[in-house]
Amino acid sequence: MTISADHEAQGLADARPDNTEASDQASEVRRKFGISVEDYMLPARHQIQMVDPSGVLKPEAEQGTEPGHEYPIPGDSELMAAYEQLVVGRRVNDQNSALVRQGRMAVYPSSHGQEACQVAAALCLSEGDWLFPTYRDAVAVMSRGVDPVETMTIFRGDWHGGYDPTKHKVGIQCTPLTTQLLHAVGVAHAAKLRGEDTVVLAMCGDGATSEGDFHEALNFAAVFHLPVIFFVQNNKYAISVPLSQQSVAPSLAHKAVGYGMAGERVDGNDLVALLAVLDRAVKLAREGSGPLLIEAHTYRMQAHTNADDATRYREDSEVAEWTAKDPISRMTSYLTGRGLLNDDGSSRIAEKAEAVASQLREGLGEDVPVDPQNLFRYVFSTPTPQLKEQSALLADELAREASSQKEAGK
Amino acid sequence: MSPAVTTSSEATEHAATGDVSSATASAAASAAAVAEASGPQTVTMAKALHTAMADAMEADSSVLVFGEDVGRLGGVFRITDGLMATFGEQRCFDTPLAESGIVGMAVGMAMNGMRPVIEMQFDAFAYPAFEQIVSHVAKMHNRTKGAVKLPMVIRVPYAGGIGGVEHHCDSSESYYAHTAGLKVFTPATVADGYRMLREAIDSDDPVMFMEPKKLYWSKDQVDLGALRAEHATNAATGSSSEGRAAVARPGTDATLIAYGPSVPTALAAAAAAAEEGRSLEVIDVRSIVPFDDETVCASVRKTGRAVVIAEAHGFASVSSEIVARVQERCFHYLAAPIRRVTGFDVPYPAPKLEHYYLPSVDRILDAVDDLQWEN
Repeated sequence: MTISADHEAQGLADARPDNTEASDQASEVRRKFGISVEDYMLPARHQIQMVDPSGVLKPEAEQGTEPGHEYPIPGDSELMAAYEQLVVGRRVNDQNSALVRQGRMAVYPSSHGQEACQVAAALCLSEGDWLFPTYRDAVAVMSRGVDPVETMTIFRGDWHGGYDPTKHKVGIQCTPLTTQLLHAVGVAHAAKLRGEDTVVLAMCGDGATSEGDFHEALNFAAVFHLPVIFFVQNNKYAISVPLSQQSVAPSLAHKAVGYGMAGERVDGNDLVALLAVLDRAVKLAREGSGPLLIEAHTYRMQAHTNADDATRYREDSEVAEWTAKDPISRMTSYLTGRGLLNDDGSSRIAEKAEAVASQLREGLGEDVPVDPQNLFRYVFSTPTPQLKEQSALLADELAREASSQKEAGK
Repeated sequence: MSPAVTTSSEATEHAATGDVSSATASAAASAAAVAEASGPQTVTMAKALHTAMADAMEADSSVLVFGEDVGRLGGVFRITDGLMATFGEQRCFDTPLAESGIVGMAVGMAMNGMRPVIEMQFDAFAYPAFEQIVSHVAKMHNRTKGAVKLPMVIRVPYAGGIGGVEHHCDSSESYYAHTAGLKVFTPATVADGYRMLREAIDSDDPVMFMEPKKLYWSKDQVDLGALRAEHATNAATGSSSEGRAAVARPGTDATLIAYGPSVPTALAAAAAAAEEGRSLEVIDVRSIVPFDDETVCASVRKTGRAVVIAEAHGFASVSSEIVARVQERCFHYLAAPIRRVTGFDVPYPAPKLEHYYLPSVDRILDAVDDLQWEN
């Protein structure tokens, strides 16, 4: 089935009368969702929120859903698995911030406060699917099963990355904003050409939506009709610049319609709603509906990194307001209220979180010996003659340095 | 492996996915081309490049060609003409008009098992893709310690001499050569057009493939069948001319070092010098990265004099790098300082001024005359 234009379905030699294409699309949407194509692509009037900040399930009529924008509540086992990752994620964020203060990590852009987004982005995917994270998405990377220490190697200072992206189907923790969205598009395109049903989820922040590659990635995904979910964590600030100075669109999710894809807004601190919205997005993408843009409203509770001073650009009262919307306390109340979580369960999860934290303290605390020859080893598949020459030069310098130190020591 | 055999089986497959009648017709034409290419023929650089892509696509279904206007139109220079009809629109297709998108999507495809060969329509049109090229294409292999290879080729029609308007004649090779992690190839002959593009597509590392656009319609007597056989033999034995410079014309008195669009100019200068009794050797660099110090320095040690020729601005360029390398390695063999004949350090000029800017036979001969012959 086809929601937006599928170039494959059209003969190459055919002329493309735009109105026919648009009406095919419209009738398909009407058949599947019973709404107009505009109503399918535009986000629902309100963000999707299922559990309120106090942890109480909202009445269905107040969840923000609309005809064609319906979201069933995820199953209990999915919620419990996600909650466990949520607690681990918070512990990881806090542990890493501590390691930065102790000088054991060069930097750590914490996702404290955004853990529900992190967990949902990872858990909505199936085994063969790909995730493309940013530098603030370490918790999502771990939640996809990447070893915690390998995940944090990028911040440890001995190499620019620590895991094999192809093995885990997790892209690098990308720093140049939105460049990774295009890689996500390429991975999805390659999979589609081979007839695989891979879904790709690509993450970015609110500020990043101003970048050119954001536009190019969404447009390419839509034109080639690829199963990519663009997941924007709107945490309200791009370092210091508020969203109002990035965009005056009604919402970031509204940008979807300009590309001919569906958009939706969701409470980014409500793990239940996030899982519901992302699970459905993955399902639609896998069924062939093309790309989707999901905007999650959340908040970066801490500074951009340890090098940043958030008091220069935002009020404490604003931070306090978001403390009350914390994703973990909300989920704890909700699951406890439903009888899914008790003290035993809580302590088991806390122990697991503690185990991961201690793994990080150990892995990031140790002095990893660096090999200067690694500088030359991986630039190309086979080092060029020039690199071999430079590698020999450095080896020689180091050998002479070592022997003169030995001499001096005698 | 016989290319003719793969042609017919692949054609059946493509016919099932693409436009049936034209796919079959083109595949037949392509098979005929394979059959007829048994001896030297007049071939253009454009045809050699096209044939290299077609052969690579026939040999490996993961080779994809995409970019702006490369599909139905066959590219603004017609280098990809017929590939979409032959291989279907899954394997050769037009993209939206966005160069960063083209390169970034190719990165993802290469991460996921494909070998994209993408076209930047003109040198200066590639600049929107610069971030993808510098921050990802060049660095992915290194940052993942070799776990992620990006076997992709970025074809860039470059340099001037065609009377092009602004943004259509830049010599952008130095930007890429300066970036660690990119191979940079530039063919100067028709045979190398085929040979080097096949090598670039075979490479597990990303290659910036700089095509001198003024040489697209240059002709030579070339045996494409022999080139195919050479490629097959090299693939089987693991040998190739990748990364090697070539002696384009042997000589004894001085060495002209040139690449891409400047090689024919250097050859013309050497021919003119021969009439005046001076024997100039011409080295065609072919591969800027990796650079063949061995061949270049062997020539300069033999002749003791050198002139480096390049269209690009001389300041902080590939030509300055060549001078530095040769000087470091051949100082005691040199009878004179190495001279350069390059584009001036000005933005590429308008069509009516470009002949003042481009290295010419006269400028090269003047530089040769200055190599302290009285010593």
